[in-house]
Amino acid sequence: MLQRTIPIAILCLSGVIMIVAYFVSFAVSWSETVNVWFNILSAVAFVLGAGNLLAVNLEKISSRRPGWAYAAITLVSFFFMLVVGLLKLGAVPDPKNPLIHFAGDYETSASPYGWMYEYVFSPLTSTMFGLLAFYVASAAFRAFRAKNVESILLLGTAFIILIAQTAAGMFLTGWIPQDSVFAVLRFDSLKVGITEHIQTAGMRAITIGIALGVAATSLRLILGIDKSYLSKN
Amino acid sequence: MMREIRERSRSTMLLAATAAAAIAIPCCIALAEGAGDAAAPAGAAVAASDSVFRTDRGPLAIAIVIVCGAVIGGIMLARTGRPLKIRRLAALDAVDEAIGRATEMGRSVLFVPGIQDMTDIQTVAGITILGRVAKTAAEYDAKLEVPTCRSIVMAAARDAVQAAHFEAGRPETYNEGNINYLTDEQFGYVAAVTGSMVRDKPAACFYMGAFYAESLLFAENGNSIGAIQIAGTAEPSQLPFFVAACDYTLIGEEFFAASAYLSGERDQLGSIKGQDFGKLLAVAAILIGCLLATVGVFAPEGAIAHAAETIKTTFGG
Repeated sequence: MLQRTIPIAILCLSGVIMIVAYFVSFAVSWSETVNVWFNILSAVAFVLGAGNLLAVNLEKISSRRPGWAYAAITLVSFFFMLVVGLLKLGAVPDPKNPLIHFAGDYETSASPYGWMYEYVFSPLTSTMFGLLAFYVASAAFRAFRAKNVESILLLGTAFIILIAQTAAGMFLTGWIPQDSVFAVLRFDSLKVGITEHIQTAGMRAITIGIALGVAATSLRLILGIDKSYLSKN
Repeated sequence: MMREIRERSRSTMLLAATAAAAIAIPCCIALAEGAGDAAAPAGAAVAASDSVFRTDRGPLAIAIVIVCGAVIGGIMLARTGRPLKIRRLAALDAVDEAIGRATEMGRSVLFVPGIQDMTDIQTVAGITILGRVAKTAAEYDAKLEVPTCRSIVMAAARDAVQAAHFEAGRPETYNEGNINYLTDEQFGYVAAVTGSMVRDKPAACFYMGAFYAESLLFAENGNSIGAIQIAGTAEPSQLPFFVAACDYTLIGEEFFAASAYLSGERDQLGSIKGQDFGKLLAVAAILIGCLLATVGVFAPEGAIAHAAETIKTTFGG
């Protein structure tokens, strides 16, 4: 029973402190303490996560499961960065304390740790992010097929926004005088109308719903009504 | 029986205590504001009151009291035994179908609980939904894989899945090796998850939690392997991507209501009713604000225009 009651009590107390701290200035230090507790828990859990990473990848390598070579690369990279980072190997000496090794800067690209981050890790993450351009194109291709009224509306809206974002928008409708009654037909005016009125209204409706959902979910957790995140043994 | 009564009375006491706290805090703020106003000539008193209470956040405190009161009222109402009518969510009705399909095809089910830590309420909501997905997977004997981006999320996910296996009456099928921590790095996590998607070809993919740029990478990869995809997030900027690439999407508040909806418990369903009441109040405030602002256009210096401006600055920021 205590395995469930104590976590719920801690959650309830932490939740109430966080709410109070937002409104009462002397409780701010309490909320900072709660955050420190969370950071300590995260640090402990990180050891758990690293242990899990090792166990999973070692098991993959030992059983020669498909993709075991990737597991080996993961472990080699993990240990390399761990050792180089913890021991600050090759760190640039601190000008004020040149004899103290651990005072050195290991984040600069002149050190092995910084170099790996700057020239290996960053390009890899940028590559993953770059893939997004192709996925956006393929998703847009599917979403903009005019199958029904809703998709035709979506396609039309997207067409207006895309044209307005480019020089073609100004080229096609730029000749309409801005002070005429037909100025609303200019692509730039249509874009402003869509983004600032239609889109903003829809987005605000979603945001209000989210805010209410967050409040209700938080309350369910603080009151101990929702306990589904807890183990039952 | 006695245990149930004890548990019920304890939860009612907790409910009452927290409700009292939720109401007492903003009341103190309101009192402090009142004291500050009364002692307006004495600047020192105002300063002292401001140093303890954030009077500038008073309107927000009132809004919190109203919303929390509505949710607690909804829970209380549910406890009276009145029938509750909750709109069905197609995305949640499709959970069984998706897991059933995975079982028939002999393939796994993938659940991605977002890339944020347990400090993000979306992750908590995602873990709650994971419990239900895991229960169905346990009943169907389908393999459920949960790669996580944070160590604490892994620990919480393991607890939720284990609890679900117990609930399904199949504790022996629980395998904590299927719930793994990969990396904290956003795109490192994406690479690992999408790689496993391409290799293992799960038949059903669930994305429930906080997502950013990786949402479309997951969804498009899932689409390319022909998986049934159900997503849920409260990140407004990622919703269009999920809507475009997934079969079902829980949009914003639906995502938070889903955990309560799936539990089927009266208390939780009551909180959805309270949430709906909050929505009704928001709609009423918007309508009144629009009306006052429109009438105020004709008399810009009048009381109505002033009232509209007050509502706008107080609740609109």
